[in-house]
Amino acid sequence: MDDSTAAEPVSLALTVNGRPCTVRIDPAATLVEVLRDELHLTGTKVGCDRGACSACTVWLDGEVVASCMTFALDARGKSVTTIEGLAQGDRLHPVQQAFVEHDAMQCGFCTPGMVMSCAHLVERNPDCTLDDVRGAIGGHLCRCGAYPNIFKATLAAATTLRQRKQGDSA
Amino acid sequence: MSASEDPREGRTILTGIVGDALQSATRSIPAGEPPELPPNSELRVIGKRVNRVDAVPKVTGQARYTFDVQLPGMLYGRIVSSTVPHARIKSIDTSAAQAHPGVRAVHILDRIVGIAQLRDPAAEANERYPLVRYHGQPIAAVAATSMRAAKAAAKLVKIEYERLPHVTSLEAAMQQDAPVVFPGPTEQAATAGGGGAAPGLPQEGNLRGPARGGLGGGPRGDVQQGFAQAERLLTREYRTQVQTHTPMETHGLVADWRDDELTLYASTQFVLSVRDEAADIFQLPKEKIRVISEFTGGGFGAKFGIGNYGSLAIHLSRKARAPVRVVLDRREEHVSVGNRPSSIQRVKLGAQRDGTLTALQVESYGTGGVAAGAGVGFCQSTMYPIPNLLTEHYDVFTDAGPCAAFRAPGQVQGIFALEQALDELAVELDVDPLALREKIDTNDTDDARARRVERRIGAERAGWSQRRPPAADPGPVKRGLGMAQSQWAYIVHGTTTCEVRIRGDGSVAAITGAQDIGTGTRTIMAQTVAEELGLQTEDVEARIGDSRYPAGPAAGGSRVTSSITPAARNAAYAAARDLAARVAPALEAKAEEIVFQDGRVFARGRPERGLTFKEAVRQASFDEIVQRADRREDYDGYRAKLGDLHISKQGIGGVQFAQIAVDTETGVVKVERIVAVHDCGRPINPKLIESQIYGGVIQGVSYALYEERHLDPGTGVQLNANIDQYKIVGSRETPDIDVHIIEQLGRQSSTDARGVAEPANVATAAAIANAFYNATGKRIRTLPMTPANVLAALRAADAADDEEPA
Repeated sequence: MDDSTAAEPVSLALTVNGRPCTVRIDPAATLVEVLRDELHLTGTKVGCDRGACSACTVWLDGEVVASCMTFALDARGKSVTTIEGLAQGDRLHPVQQAFVEHDAMQCGFCTPGMVMSCAHLVERNPDCTLDDVRGAIGGHLCRCGAYPNIFKATLAAATTLRQRKQGDSA
Repeated sequence: MSASEDPREGRTILTGIVGDALQSATRSIPAGEPPELPPNSELRVIGKRVNRVDAVPKVTGQARYTFDVQLPGMLYGRIVSSTVPHARIKSIDTSAAQAHPGVRAVHILDRIVGIAQLRDPAAEANERYPLVRYHGQPIAAVAATSMRAAKAAAKLVKIEYERLPHVTSLEAAMQQDAPVVFPGPTEQAATAGGGGAAPGLPQEGNLRGPARGGLGGGPRGDVQQGFAQAERLLTREYRTQVQTHTPMETHGLVADWRDDELTLYASTQFVLSVRDEAADIFQLPKEKIRVISEFTGGGFGAKFGIGNYGSLAIHLSRKARAPVRVVLDRREEHVSVGNRPSSIQRVKLGAQRDGTLTALQVESYGTGGVAAGAGVGFCQSTMYPIPNLLTEHYDVFTDAGPCAAFRAPGQVQGIFALEQALDELAVELDVDPLALREKIDTNDTDDARARRVERRIGAERAGWSQRRPPAADPGPVKRGLGMAQSQWAYIVHGTTTCEVRIRGDGSVAAITGAQDIGTGTRTIMAQTVAEELGLQTEDVEARIGDSRYPAGPAAGGSRVTSSITPAARNAAYAAARDLAARVAPALEAKAEEIVFQDGRVFARGRPERGLTFKEAVRQASFDEIVQRADRREDYDGYRAKLGDLHISKQGIGGVQFAQIAVDTETGVVKVERIVAVHDCGRPINPKLIESQIYGGVIQGVSYALYEERHLDPGTGVQLNANIDQYKIVGSRETPDIDVHIIEQLGRQSSTDARGVAEPANVATAAAIANAFYNATGKRIRTLPMTPANVLAALRAADAADDEEPA
């Protein structure tokens, strides 16, 4: 879009990682642009900018979305969780912890998106299978080829969550 | 004084493959080298499956890539690229772009880097602008206060072209009447990442060559005589496609030009190559340039130097007096910053009935677009002791983006042909392909010795003894098992230094300028230092990725671990001895009795009287111990030195086995399982090595089955310059991968460590192709194995072009 014909900035209120915030944005801005450039949450990456690599994956009201293909305005009033908001303080999410232990990364650039999709899977389905993991990250690209360890890590995290749930119900 | 001139001492040490056979060997070792390390089973930290030390920042989004650098007042740069494949630029009008709101600077490139250069600098000296030689060639760039403004302004740059005829395919460019890409002979110097082409070669039309030899050495013997001695001759043609690197983080650079210093944040495989190219182009003293690279989101060979995008970022920053970020979009990444060249390889192989190879002749053509250096590796010369050898390679220029080094440049293509030709020979001779390798893989090198063991281990893990004859499945889906061997050079980066600091509070840091492209540079350096000081990996802070630090190696050619760990160990050893001398009195011992183990410092045999490491430092009471060590030369020296690229006589390698299924009705190939058995000297961290081997195998599967750059011949436009249509292996296509790593103590350095990234990628496509034959009884000699190529291969008549020996 040409700046000279650009629409006036608009106000956007949303919740990011549990904190309400209001930003003035170009109405054409994508969610990832707002996260990275306005809120300086640079953990979310952009690999293709057309929804094909899923490096930009975040949660929007608990569902995974490609933030490069989501207008920021479509997040108005909603809750966004990014990679920066997944751990509870210093306590890593089980998927993050399992990614560390299973070396489910190399360069790490696709990792935030991978973690968001895998964490979403195990929270929804702690009984997930290898095929479920393959499906959950079927739209993600890791050029370093960390897939085998991502599979192992996600299944290990699912086991951790199952055990936690059993512990809670016991 | 260079390391080779140091006084030396003879040492008798155990060398060989752990678990196989270790023999005593005598090495002449520079005096003062630390004592040789025992096998990994006797070590505490080296050889252990330690977690990557920077894994937590990566999984929490805290790791800062160049892509993430945001500086106060930073502007966004957008490149203006050519919209035609071959043209003279008549005029460029930037006035509308300059006037666009938010624009702070516009710059037109006057020099294109990373492509072949005309040998005669006067040939195009009168051109006002660099000639356009491919669609997507960078021409200019705009810097603005927002990316949106920069993109809008970039579209306002008006370029008037005088079109010239173009050619984009290798075959078309080889024709006599083809449009000529360069009007005269060209040269292309190697970069720190390799690449480049032999100087001074003849060039006719678009064909530059022949290059005879290269890294592997020149021709040897007499191939005609060798073919005359052969009892079996095989003549085959193999073809491979253009593959693009596609790192997840595209190439990018943030330039911050100040009067006193130029700071560059670079997504790079070698911070010093960024510094040196910037110094050259901008005529700056090197010490005025600082290059920072905290994390690099993949490179695979393409991220060396500043590139045209980087040079544009610096120009724009200088003009705008503000930091400028230029990060390529995905199309620019595919088109303009590197690819693996294609190849056509005509292979003639002569052998005796017992498998002894008598001669090998390879005539090859490859196109790296507007760059030279599209060779097919050195395996033809270095892998097997073939007495008569002639390799002749021609680079074929086309109006396409430049090639760059890509994970085992040339060797991936070369091995695809060579290892399939050997599989074909085994069939012709009716011998087992493994038995044939056993017969011919006999060079006096570490990689050959390793492969002997790797074949045995791999065959067992892959179930080779149950391998069936070709086309054994009666139904349309046919399964098969194949194998191929890998080889890469064992490379050391000459100028490599590590600094170890023990601070007065007991904290320890290891520092080198090297960057990390994802292999785990921080981790292996920290492990090496921790081992020497009796600490744990996490006790050592590893600082990397800054040109102001002691010089580190380039992350290319599988040379980081081989280069940095000996320097790190020697620096840690010196720091430990320094600390031992200071702490000995408190322990009522001599300095040489002091050992560092499990976080404690004590006199040998008296652990009960020891101190913790921190207590020892406190008692020794000092501000800081600082020790630096350089990477010494390998004990037996090198086969060749090309600048800082030192190539050992020894190699690294592996053996891979592929189990695949071919649907003969649809042409769809599925790789079900890969067994990858590899050597990398002493494995420093098996967990990280496995990761790299997974990656190499997956890239190999991807290359074999899916990846191919498609250019439209009419316009020169890449049709699949994205991630959805440029097909790459994803989670669903990832096969089961069984990795096994052997421990080989080569005894050439103080850690015995060698690289692994490249050999992991070299053999995969050939192993899959050989499995394809075992599955179907048909050969597939053209990559990638798309349904169209597969169905064509299945329909082809059996090869009948073998000559009967005279």
